[in-house]
Amino acid sequence: MKIMVTVKRVIDYAVKIRVKPDKTGVVTQNVKMSMNPFCEIALEEALRIRESGLASEVVAVSMGPSQCVDTLRTGLAMGADRGIHVEANDSMYPLFVAKILKKLVEIEKPGLLILGKQAIDDDCNQTGQMVAGLLNWPQGTFASKVVLDKEKQVATVDREVDDGIETLCLNLPAVITTDLRLNQPRYATLPNIMKAKSKPIKKFTPKELNVDIKPDLEIVEVTEPPKRKSGVLVFSVDELIEKLKHEANVI
Amino acid sequence: MMMMLDTLRRFWGRKMLYRMKISLVLQILIGCINTKAQANSFYNHVSQILKYCNSRCLAVVPQGGNTGLVGGSVPVFDEVIVSLSSMNNIISFDKVSGILVCEAGCILENIMSFLDNEGFIMPLDLGAKGSCQIGGNVSTNAGGLRLVRYGSLHGNVLGVEAVLANGTVLDMLKTLRKDNTGYDLKHLFIGSEGSLGIVTKVSILTPPKLSSVNVALLACKDYSCCQKLLQEAKRKLGEILSAFEFLDGQSMDLVTNHLEGARNPFSTSHHNFYVLIETTGSDESSDKQKLEAFLLGSMENELIADGVLAQDINQASTFWRIREGISEALMKAGAVYKYDVSIPVENLYNLVEEMRSRLGDAANVIGYGHLGDGNLHLNVSVSQYDEKILSQIEPFVYEWTSKKRGSISAEHGVGLMKANEIFYSQSHETVQMMASIKNLMDPNHILNPYKVLPHSITS
Repeated sequence: MKIMVTVKRVIDYAVKIRVKPDKTGVVTQNVKMSMNPFCEIALEEALRIRESGLASEVVAVSMGPSQCVDTLRTGLAMGADRGIHVEANDSMYPLFVAKILKKLVEIEKPGLLILGKQAIDDDCNQTGQMVAGLLNWPQGTFASKVVLDKEKQVATVDREVDDGIETLCLNLPAVITTDLRLNQPRYATLPNIMKAKSKPIKKFTPKELNVDIKPDLEIVEVTEPPKRKSGVLVFSVDELIEKLKHEANVI
Repeated sequence: MMMMLDTLRRFWGRKMLYRMKISLVLQILIGCINTKAQANSFYNHVSQILKYCNSRCLAVVPQGGNTGLVGGSVPVFDEVIVSLSSMNNIISFDKVSGILVCEAGCILENIMSFLDNEGFIMPLDLGAKGSCQIGGNVSTNAGGLRLVRYGSLHGNVLGVEAVLANGTVLDMLKTLRKDNTGYDLKHLFIGSEGSLGIVTKVSILTPPKLSSVNVALLACKDYSCCQKLLQEAKRKLGEILSAFEFLDGQSMDLVTNHLEGARNPFSTSHHNFYVLIETTGSDESSDKQKLEAFLLGSMENELIADGVLAQDINQASTFWRIREGISEALMKAGAVYKYDVSIPVENLYNLVEEMRSRLGDAANVIGYGHLGDGNLHLNVSVSQYDEKILSQIEPFVYEWTSKKRGSISAEHGVGLMKANEIFYSQSHETVQMMASIKNLMDPNHILNPYKVLPHSITS
């Protein structure tokens, strides 16, 4: 069984984000870019499934400008077998990613599609769900545990939901999106970095895949959230009630 | 006030607990220096205090962040503590030249955050950055993790304002890269640990922050591989090398056992030595290529048994935590005897091995440090302080270092702990000259007495 994993190139999680002065977006020039942390977890899960003998191949997919190849190389250095780069210079919104993924799934025919639950740059949390809808595949999102049964061709997924943990059983092929507690991703070791240099990365364009990615969304403005104001000391219960009523407007 | 006095009394380690009678702590309270008049008024405080103490022959001990490891800021008898902590203003910063002028009480990490916003970094970095103050760093000529790239404070400090024992203020606070006018006296205050004057302001050259930082943690099978790796790194990584640290297997075990959340990236196999290499440059892809080529080449030449390359900032911080967390892990493990020596690189680890065989099962001897600078931090971890164990360690460690013409204190300074041991690394004539200078600048010996120079010379 083949597993396909999407990996997104985003601004590194530890970087302090700054909004561009013209408010059209955030500063990405000279800023460190890395693999989306949830995608790392997704790839790690795919690798573990392959290592347990339940899958034969892990294919990493990334969509975006030419630098996405760096992210794919990291994925290959972690242990993925092959990479696919869909080159596009426009913003990749979840619906477009989902449509392209559908086409790639038709070509590669994986038994499992694993994605990070969301990207840390747009926080959309939509791609996994959309592609499952487009493919008409079952989905297990926010996975905190995944157990595969090869014989019965099902995946049992524990989902982290607001009221606790929900366990679902999905028929394969299925879509899984990963949450933080699923696993701890491995480091890229030197022997694997060496091996990664000879692993193939196939290139596609959205046009070749017959997907139109003209954006139907326009980012109007990006602003910083308001700075936290310092607290105010009150000296009596009456004062507190008065402030809650008339200033905070919460009672 | 009582609690603070208590903290000041007991801050330094547990080896030499000096619970002395502190009668007086003077914290210099400084507001924002906006005008020259205000500026003039503030440093008069330190000046007035010293002038008065000098006239009454009252000993004084300057204190900053109290992170020193040789008791340099511990009051020994009845010294008046002069704390510089409240003098924590950044006075000016020139964005073109990167020259920063600030007061001595600024905490290193705070300065780093300020510079980060401006696109610059400090030329020094150490584990104690959250508490140590720049005045103390300068007074002890602190080394740290980036010395291999940016050099020592003697090169980076452009100017100093210091107050002498008799209250005279020496304004040598230049912001010039080059100034060959007379004797460069600021160097007397860099590294003299407060014994020649109290540093009140510092002007320092800060390097620009470069965007591409890469960190790799490598495993080596023996010490000679670490050495050869260093040679290769200096050659192949050259100008982008910004840190080269090593730690032995015992240090790694200590960290993974005692530090929360720390895990060994090479969990499946045990290695004898680990090396942390950091590169800092301006071009992400070319730096990464250079580093990868170097690492893969070293692997083919069997200098490295295994290695991991950090793929994001989080992973890089994790690797650094392993190296920087050794001190913390040592404290959690029990009592520790700490030594900091500079020895020719080829002999560096022999000291650890000899100490290990000397102490046997009585202690856990670990070695780690700034291999790039030939600086070993030798630590002996025991469950409790024990005079018998100490007698096995000292003076052996000093004699051994002396025989190899090494320094008994590479970067930690001499303080109280090693004042009488200074002859292991300096000739009598040199120490005599030091004493002459001390007598000239502090004739009443009020500044940080019992420290730096041997008691036989200063009494």
